[in-house]
Amino acid sequence: MTTDDRTLETAMAALLTTAPATLAPNILADVGLADRYTRFDSPIGPLVVAWNGLGVSAVEAAGDDASFEATHRLRTGRPAYRVERLPERLAAAIARRLGGDRRVRIDLDLRGHTEFERDVWRKALEIPRGEVRPYGWVAAEIGRPRAVRAVGTALGHNPVPLIVPCHRVVRSDGSIGQYSLGGPANKRTILAAEGLDPDALESAARAGVRYIGSDTTHIVCLPTCHAAKRITPRHRVPFRSIGSAAAAGYRACLECRPSSGAIAA
Amino acid sequence: MRGGPRTAPDGGGTVPYGGHATVGAPTGFWGLMDTDSPLIDDLARDLDGSFEALVLAHQDRLYSIALRMLGDPHDAEEAAQDALVRAYRALSGYDRARILELRLRPWLATIVLNLCRTRLSRRPAAGQAALSLDLELPGDLEPRAEEAHGPAATAAARDAAHDWARLLMTLPPAYRSAVVLRHVDGLSYPELAAALDRPEGTVKAQVHRGLALLRTAFEAARLHEREEMTA
Repeated sequence: MTTDDRTLETAMAALLTTAPATLAPNILADVGLADRYTRFDSPIGPLVVAWNGLGVSAVEAAGDDASFEATHRLRTGRPAYRVERLPERLAAAIARRLGGDRRVRIDLDLRGHTEFERDVWRKALEIPRGEVRPYGWVAAEIGRPRAVRAVGTALGHNPVPLIVPCHRVVRSDGSIGQYSLGGPANKRTILAAEGLDPDALESAARAGVRYIGSDTTHIVCLPTCHAAKRITPRHRVPFRSIGSAAAAGYRACLECRPSSGAIAA
Repeated sequence: MRGGPRTAPDGGGTVPYGGHATVGAPTGFWGLMDTDSPLIDDLARDLDGSFEALVLAHQDRLYSIALRMLGDPHDAEEAAQDALVRAYRALSGYDRARILELRLRPWLATIVLNLCRTRLSRRPAAGQAALSLDLELPGDLEPRAEEAHGPAATAAARDAAHDWARLLMTLPPAYRSAVVLRHVDGLSYPELAAALDRPEGTVKAQVHRGLALLRTAFEAARLHEREEMTA
């Protein structure tokens, strides 16, 4: 007795099956047409991080899932699917970056943003952990010295705070300034977690100290530059302006480049 | 040359999947199954806006092809995912005219099939089962009339599908892919010729030979089962 072709063909046709529900979201996320997101804890409370095959696309304070998904779609045009946890490599990379390792590579999905905004964020990425730079410094460093307000706006629009450390950019008068991720109090908390004393920073700024020089090297730095931190108290020379430092025979530090966006007076 | 061989996005060889000069216009029943034309227009106009529709329209068949080629659901999901991601990247590099020339069904089948072949070739040799009796073949392979209806029907159909899938895995990959594309996925012979980059006569012969091997395997397994029952 042999099995006829119809039996075989019917049996084969019955082997057409349904793809797992995870397949389509995974594909769309891989090509950057949808995002995955999850929650993680930070010094300023629970955050949401979203990413896709192109890179990390959003970091923000965690609210309820539905409202995150709605605002994410409004902002990016993409659906976001909640997953249990970050992929191991990304989790490790973010932990290293937040721990101050700037060499670790984290791809970012910054589609839909202007070249100016990306320049600002790229520059913010160069600021080491435990240091801050004024808005005017960022503006000067990206070749747009007059665009100080626009730099502030671009930092406020940073979709990936903490990963792009916009919290390390402060007002030119030395005060901490605004912060998109939950306000100035969070900015102070993050800076403190990175080893800065925001209160000391602000009181020094109020006292007119914008730069710190060393009377042994005759090099002048921004106050939080790692080189300035190494100057022992009796060799620290405060300056109000880069002009007064220059007049006293000091040259600018090559690391923190205090002349960028400097107060000249 | 219009309609000539083109490189598939996975780099796994050249396949003609385009112009009618190569594969001929679809005819008869399978010609009517060409539901991709509006989708192709949308893809050519707005890839990002219409790619999800492509995924939803093709994910089940690509997953099924991968599952029947690889036998493992996890592997199959990865292969189907990889295939559609590669399809997206290829499409984003194609100009409008090239997208409009595409025949999505065979083109996507080629991509997933090449990825399955790569996965199979990486497996240890023991994983590629030769055509042989499967001593652990479970269930009753023969569809029984009394089980065609009622609550038992679904479970029985599932068992039968499981058994057929295992038998299919005993075929050499070349015959398995021909049978899977023709009878699981339902590609027409012109589409199958395009997907496998072989003349229509060759793929027809492969399908028939594949079915013959499947029949032999089926009957051997049934015979074996009967012997066990009477032993």
